[in-house]
Amino acid sequence: MASQDIIARSATTTPPSSIRQLEEVAKLIDTTKCIGCKACQVACSEWNELRDEVGHNHGTYDNPQDLSAESWTLMRFTEHETDDGNLEWLIRKDGCMHCADPGCLKACPSPGAIIQHANGIVDFNQDHCIGCGYCITGCPFNIPRISQKDHKAYKCTLCSDRVSVGLEPACVKTCPTGAIVFGSKQDMKEHAAERIVDLKSRGFDNAGLYDPDGVGGTHVMYVLHHADTPRLYAGLPDQPVISPLVGLWKGVSKPLALLAMGAAVLAGFFHYVRIGPQRVEEDEHPSPPDSSVQVVDPAVHVYDPNQPGGQGEQRP
Amino acid sequence: MSDKPILRYNANERTNHWLVAILFILAALSGLALFHPALFWLSHLFGGGPWTRILHPFMGVLMFVFFVGLVLRFWRANYFIANDRLWLKRIDRVMRNEEQGVPPIGKYNPGQKLLFWTLLLCMLVLLVSGVVIWRAYFSSYFTIDSIRLATLLHALAAFVLVLSIIVHIYAGIWIKGSLSAMLHGWVSRAWAKKHHELWYRQVTGDKPAEPPINKKG
Repeated sequence: MASQDIIARSATTTPPSSIRQLEEVAKLIDTTKCIGCKACQVACSEWNELRDEVGHNHGTYDNPQDLSAESWTLMRFTEHETDDGNLEWLIRKDGCMHCADPGCLKACPSPGAIIQHANGIVDFNQDHCIGCGYCITGCPFNIPRISQKDHKAYKCTLCSDRVSVGLEPACVKTCPTGAIVFGSKQDMKEHAAERIVDLKSRGFDNAGLYDPDGVGGTHVMYVLHHADTPRLYAGLPDQPVISPLVGLWKGVSKPLALLAMGAAVLAGFFHYVRIGPQRVEEDEHPSPPDSSVQVVDPAVHVYDPNQPGGQGEQRP
Repeated sequence: MSDKPILRYNANERTNHWLVAILFILAALSGLALFHPALFWLSHLFGGGPWTRILHPFMGVLMFVFFVGLVLRFWRANYFIANDRLWLKRIDRVMRNEEQGVPPIGKYNPGQKLLFWTLLLCMLVLLVSGVVIWRAYFSSYFTIDSIRLATLLHALAAFVLVLSIIVHIYAGIWIKGSLSAMLHGWVSRAWAKKHHELWYRQVTGDKPAEPPINKKG
């Protein structure tokens, strides 16, 4: 399985095999067309052969309650009352956003466990995953989940297996209202722009595309009625960025720290080379450091006035 | 009588120290494997990435437990005394192996004391932050922001700890007699007097200006 279209690879400091050029793809999720039927959840489960445990009803339409290692996508339902008293049912299909600047990949310590393809898909390679959960720490969207069965991280693959052979993701194929569409990122942006014109003409003045710059843009984008307040949609981040804490943790500080550790070892080595060890003369015995009585040993011929009885003393 | 060596560390103290040291080496190597890609190969020492991830926190917790043993044994001897300030001021002379003007100090020199308290602080930070980022058992009880902060603090404390231990190990190589003191426990009277004179006087009962002993003459 030679992959030649990898533009970023976790915990790798040399260029990955990236000779193949691919057009950037994107999945566009139009929240204004979504009816919350969850067909996408089922299609995802079917195609990826995932069978999550049947959970419990928690009094909302969200089912399951949260993403898991076996639920890679999830409809999140929000009841939103607008200023003029309208009740809006905002439904957002949650899942991996496939960031252009993926926080998971940046945080991952295991070489090759997370890769980013030239088409924009960010994929987990569970074979290399060590289960540390750093990807969760790095993700600005709270997406990856560690399986409690095999302790590997899982998330939406954007159906990389289907996309690589020219098919659309399973959720896209099944969506009955056309709320999920898939194509080149450019085409999806154009499609979204048309939708936004339409929505604005229907009174959704703040309609817009969610393709946040803070993570370099995403390869899963939303059309939102309220693009000015994405957080309305079950906490979609307004300005997602890789946390500065993660940036500090994984940025320039680590090479510098390594350098400092190496420098400390070298400093010790050269201190030894230049100054030398600190030895106690083995035959040195306790002598009066400041004796008023000068004891003359006829065998001793060395007298150092600066160090009476000091280490310069020689024994018979 | 004056040639009789002095017991600096008893068998329990030595065992405790080396248990911490061994666990530190294991925890540090496994931690460094996850610290930077350039060191990921260290994970092979522990049976691969997943085993490194599994073992590292247990080694860390065990190291902390034994380190508490060292703290209970040695914390009293690590209180700073008046001479320590001057000793630190004259650290440049100490570094050049010069003894003129360097005041006598107790069982531990101020450098060792600073190391002791730095290690204690690092160990506490590592333990608390390590629990927060221990994905298998504890992370689900913490918010993502606290996990991120803990991850950063864990790396920072580990960095300070590793640097401190590099200094500690080098001091053991540099000051002849200290490594063997921790290996078999004994130091010569001359060593004790040269490096830890106040402690020497305390354990031997010698006065600073003792009458001349010259029975060998």
